[in-house]
Amino acid sequence: MLHDFIVQFWPSTTDGLALGSIYALIALGYTMVYGVLRLINFAHSEIFMIGTFASLGVINLMGISTPLGGIALVGTLALLIVVSGTVSGASAVALEYIAYRPLRRKGASRLAALISAIGASLFLQQLFARILIPWWFGLPKEKGALPIQGRFVQREDLLTLGSFVIRSDKLIILVAAVVMMVVLDQFVVRTKLGRGIRATAQDPETAVLMGVNIDRIVSATFAIGGAMAGVAAALYMLRFEETNYFVGFLLGIKAFTAAVLGGIGNLRGALVGGLALGLIEMYGASIFGTQWQNVVAFVVLVLVLMFRPTGILGESLQKARA
Amino acid sequence: MKVSGAVALSAVLALAAACGSSSKSGGGGGLTLGLMGDLTGENSGIVIPIKNSAVLAVDQYNATNPKTKVTLKFYDSQAKPDQATNLAKTAVKTDKIVGLIGPAFSGESAAVGPVLEEAKVPSISASATNAKLAGNGWKYWHRVIANDDVQGAGIGGFITTGVGAKKVFIVSDNSTYGQPLAAKVQATVTAAGAQTQADVIDPKGSDYASTVNKIKPFAPDAIFFGGYYAQAGKLVKQLREAGVKARFLSGDGSLDKGLAAGATGTNADGSLIGCPCLIDPTGTAGAASKTFADAYKAKFNADPAIYSAEAYDATNAFLAAIKAGNTTTDTINTYLSTINLPGVSKTIKFKPTGEVDANDVYIYKVTGATLPLLGNAGTAKVTP
Repeated sequence: MLHDFIVQFWPSTTDGLALGSIYALIALGYTMVYGVLRLINFAHSEIFMIGTFASLGVINLMGISTPLGGIALVGTLALLIVVSGTVSGASAVALEYIAYRPLRRKGASRLAALISAIGASLFLQQLFARILIPWWFGLPKEKGALPIQGRFVQREDLLTLGSFVIRSDKLIILVAAVVMMVVLDQFVVRTKLGRGIRATAQDPETAVLMGVNIDRIVSATFAIGGAMAGVAAALYMLRFEETNYFVGFLLGIKAFTAAVLGGIGNLRGALVGGLALGLIEMYGASIFGTQWQNVVAFVVLVLVLMFRPTGILGESLQKARA
Repeated sequence: MKVSGAVALSAVLALAAACGSSSKSGGGGGLTLGLMGDLTGENSGIVIPIKNSAVLAVDQYNATNPKTKVTLKFYDSQAKPDQATNLAKTAVKTDKIVGLIGPAFSGESAAVGPVLEEAKVPSISASATNAKLAGNGWKYWHRVIANDDVQGAGIGGFITTGVGAKKVFIVSDNSTYGQPLAAKVQATVTAAGAQTQADVIDPKGSDYASTVNKIKPFAPDAIFFGGYYAQAGKLVKQLREAGVKARFLSGDGSLDKGLAAGATGTNADGSLIGCPCLIDPTGTAGAASKTFADAYKAKFNADPAIYSAEAYDATNAFLAAIKAGNTTTDTINTYLSTINLPGVSKTIKFKPTGEVDANDVYIYKVTGATLPLLGNAGTAKVTP
């Protein structure tokens, strides 16, 4: 067991960070919406799924037939990030407009919004499985559940020191995720819109009195959270080159866990929680075997919450520390 | 092996025509055979070739102007055990079938077994491979396909002799199908002196990095995966990208061209898939499969696919019983207990438990998007 851990330490670390980066980016959407609306947006995993299909669409449109490396790959990825981010962000805004806003206007309870979120999640999954995927890829209806591939990445080992290998795609994912996090963090701290988001998170009623347009802030929050899921989707496609209609389900649960682990409502907590969860899963799997991966991850979550009920960094979007 | 939409559709159309004709000719003094399986649902790709073969066998039989004509009736269970149970009740009570070809899958077989047993109606499945089905003490249940234990032993033997592997890594998807199969392969190769290590993957997840990280330092000669093709493809892709070049093997759940597609490019080339089924459109295994494949192709304009030879044999076993003058379910069942009929996939002969006597496992080699037959697991060899 310990021997396995030592032998697999470096590969587990790099894989854990690459996986954790994707968790972290998805976790942002959960955490931002929770911070502002106190709502767990369960349809966020489908916003991610829509992002993966947007990336796949771009890959198909570009007609990439040979795996790309170097500058071409980075350029393609940048394009995927922009397209997926836009599509996912727009979908998230539309989702809020259709599934949550009417409830909020009528002053429905948070529970009602939660049910609406679950309904929206199932609706989007089945919409893709039954109608959109068969239509788009010309498959018979019952085959909509098949995974769809699009190959475009050439993987290279950039640095090899014994068992410590840095592979190009994993490095790109980690760097891209951290850059996006820093940009978002600065955006929330320094811009006027960011201040509005923080004000709304802290005290919606006072924020209205101070002239903050709540509807606009909520839309912006969904747009940013959705866009980050879109970025995660582009990075996911870089790593796995495949998607299907339920791709968001497990990742969504993991990302939500990461958000809680880091401190839900806290942007930096999402990054910390995501990377920590990715590493815990990989280390846990290397020591106990992959069948124990989720057990280890959730035991750690429970332990953290026992001693720090608000997560590693605590809730803080509403405390204006962002 | 999944059939494409167009092929499936044309097969169904051909079938509709075939049904019409056979039901007309079956009127008056004829007997009815049932066929049950997922004919329209998600896994219908596996069941349509079974249905086609049964239609072919019955039509060939009726064309000889026999004393007792046979009608074939279809029961679309969509692989749902509760639906299958209700259909089975209709089949035995209303339609008075004298035998059932199927059910296609193990789950529905377990549900339907007691109904047929009570009604004393014999059944022969061409594709239900769960090892536990034979342990129910059913007297009217049969199958013409070797079970998962036989498959695991066959593939395990092939890994150590045919592939010559000394270090084998076993991966399973932890499902009720994949886990026992992987365990049987592991036990077999361990008994043959190979060194093994095992891990599982989560079939709902997409990142198998932790499993790949375990396989890499173990440096195996061969990797066996117990599970279905969708996960097998992703696993092969991630293994090859991590630089693991060991021979990849899997069982009948991975016998689908989706494996090569999921692995992308040439990653899956040379992978070996074991299956107790015989898919042999070119007649590599013998003249009988060539004759069958030609007749199948002429009728349905498609090559025989997974379990078609077995379904053809299962149907012919019933037809042989009827031809021999048996017209009641009990006499047909008695006839089946002593049957010794040369079939396409194997000689049809049942053990008292209802298991088929032959325990052949065949190996298929992934070559691009195709899965040609390499040979019998007992004798096939690959160069390292």
